[in-house]
Amino acid sequence: MLVFISRRLLSTIPVLIFVAVFVFMLLRLTPGDPAAVIAGDNATSDQVDAIRAKLGLDEPIWTQFYIWVSKAFAGDFGESFFFKKTVAELIAQRIQPTLSLALCTLVLAVLIAVPLGVLAAARQGSWTDRIVMGFSVLGFSVPAFVVGYLLIYIFAIQLGWLPVQGFRRIEEGFGEFITRLILPSITLSVIYIALISRITRASVIETLGEDYIRTARAKGLPARVVLLRHALRNAAVPIITVIGIGIALLIGGVVVTESVYNIPGIGRLTVDAVLARDFPIIQVVILMFSFVYVLINLLIDIAYSFFDPRIRY
Amino acid sequence: MSIALDNEVDAAAARAAAVVRPSIWVRLIRQPSVAIGGAIMAVMILIGLLAPLLGTVSPTQIDPTTRNRKPGMEITVKADDGSTFKRTVIMGTDSLGRDVYSRVIYGARVSLIVGVTVATISIVVGVFIGLVSGYIRWLDGIVMRIMDGLMAIPGILLAIGLVSLFRAGLGTVIFAIVVPEIPRVVRLVRSVVLSIREEPYVEAAVSVGTPLPLILWRHILPNTVAPVIVQGTFICASAILAEATLSFLGIGIPTDTPTWGNIMAEGRQFFRVFPHNIWCPAIFLAVTVLAVNMLGDGLRDTLDPKMSKRV
Repeated sequence: MLVFISRRLLSTIPVLIFVAVFVFMLLRLTPGDPAAVIAGDNATSDQVDAIRAKLGLDEPIWTQFYIWVSKAFAGDFGESFFFKKTVAELIAQRIQPTLSLALCTLVLAVLIAVPLGVLAAARQGSWTDRIVMGFSVLGFSVPAFVVGYLLIYIFAIQLGWLPVQGFRRIEEGFGEFITRLILPSITLSVIYIALISRITRASVIETLGEDYIRTARAKGLPARVVLLRHALRNAAVPIITVIGIGIALLIGGVVVTESVYNIPGIGRLTVDAVLARDFPIIQVVILMFSFVYVLINLLIDIAYSFFDPRIRY
Repeated sequence: MSIALDNEVDAAAARAAAVVRPSIWVRLIRQPSVAIGGAIMAVMILIGLLAPLLGTVSPTQIDPTTRNRKPGMEITVKADDGSTFKRTVIMGTDSLGRDVYSRVIYGARVSLIVGVTVATISIVVGVFIGLVSGYIRWLDGIVMRIMDGLMAIPGILLAIGLVSLFRAGLGTVIFAIVVPEIPRVVRLVRSVVLSIREEPYVEAAVSVGTPLPLILWRHILPNTVAPVIVQGTFICASAILAEATLSFLGIGIPTDTPTWGNIMAEGRQFFRVFPHNIWCPAIFLAVTVLAVNMLGDGLRDTLDPKMSKRV
């Protein structure tokens, strides 16, 4: 098992290096002079020169990369062109909204999707199954911002149950904090629920065909015990895998959802940064989200080998 | 001679297949999700092609006197010769007085072009890389590391990063959506190649000295067609969504082009009072993507039953 874990850890390194190189190159790949791109259309040539010198763009590319990486390890990602603050500071300010939104969504999605998938699998071919699967296809087809505006329209504008937009930090009171997270979390969880319920259904249906399920039924165990203890537990690996892979959808969705609900998180920061061509922020956001995504999936893979004795890589 | 033999064998197989089950086209059209999804897609393509004939006016015509009209209202339009006439705006007008119905109808063009172009390019590039990487062992390691790296960056984020590099426009958006899709096609094609390359007929082709490109073209490529068509359909659906998302965020296609995402982005400001600017394009977008997804599900169940078990 140790061999597997260390091999899995090692295989992650080239991926992370690729991402780092890609993110570093992002700015240098722009057609034309990156300094001119940053300075904008109305900059004087002095301003362009100043930016070039500040970013070290005169150095050879390898030196630039070395400087960039060694600074990044020290947590120094440079200064935002637009906000005139260090990127690390900006991210730190904005992490709470994004993290709370993502965690709420994750919990909500798993709590809804897994039971739905199990239900659909247990009643395969029934109307319940068809409705769950229909919802799943629909969830893949309706973009998050449409779901978002639909929910705002119904629950905030027409019924007035929940606030329309905005965010309150948790320090300002839990009630305020959570009521403003309900609609965004539901919005973001739709596609995630669609994905997880689909895989749960398929995975449970597959285990239901196994011999030990027949044995369990034959010895007279109640259907619920067979379904939850024998089928769902053995179907868990693909479900957990897809929860990990789905983090990519979650990250993309965060950007959209924060824009719809005016949540001052990292997603909004990303969009603002692209509009202002604020490359240090774009670079750090891509780097950070990709590392989080890769590392979560690494942890999930390693967790399997602990929890599922059948897995021998 | 060997070609003649091939044809005889093929013909025999075809005859046998014909007896056992109906042809692939008949089976496809009998699949309800293919029929429904395909029909909706056909309608959307017609709408896109015939946009000028469907009672539309210029989708970019700004008219300050008829701003923010709700769907179904009657507006007075001044023609070029100075005469005025009344016209019902079935989807209302936006905050610049542009006709939402015309914008939505013309918007179908952009969405369909993006969907089909992205699917085609990612498949052509992905199949090529996948074939070469799956068959040539020493290349495989390098190519797959690059693909793993690309897949480590969440798709829409990668697209956002790429969009920020270039001048906004249709080409940039297509490029930005294609890049994250390619690794998925490469992986799929490579997995097919890895299993097919061990088949006896490939070994036989190698042993009689068939050149590599011919082996790939004649013996390996045909095996990838079914899964790639299915994958291409799903790519088309997600590309349409991705374009709408980028445009909605204001970082996609320039705002003067009517696209569904742009119409919705424009409608955000006055959403509370005039939600029709969001609902009308949203319905078209959702129905189109739903149709493509249904088509994909149906194609997968028919063409590639093995894959449908894998969800």
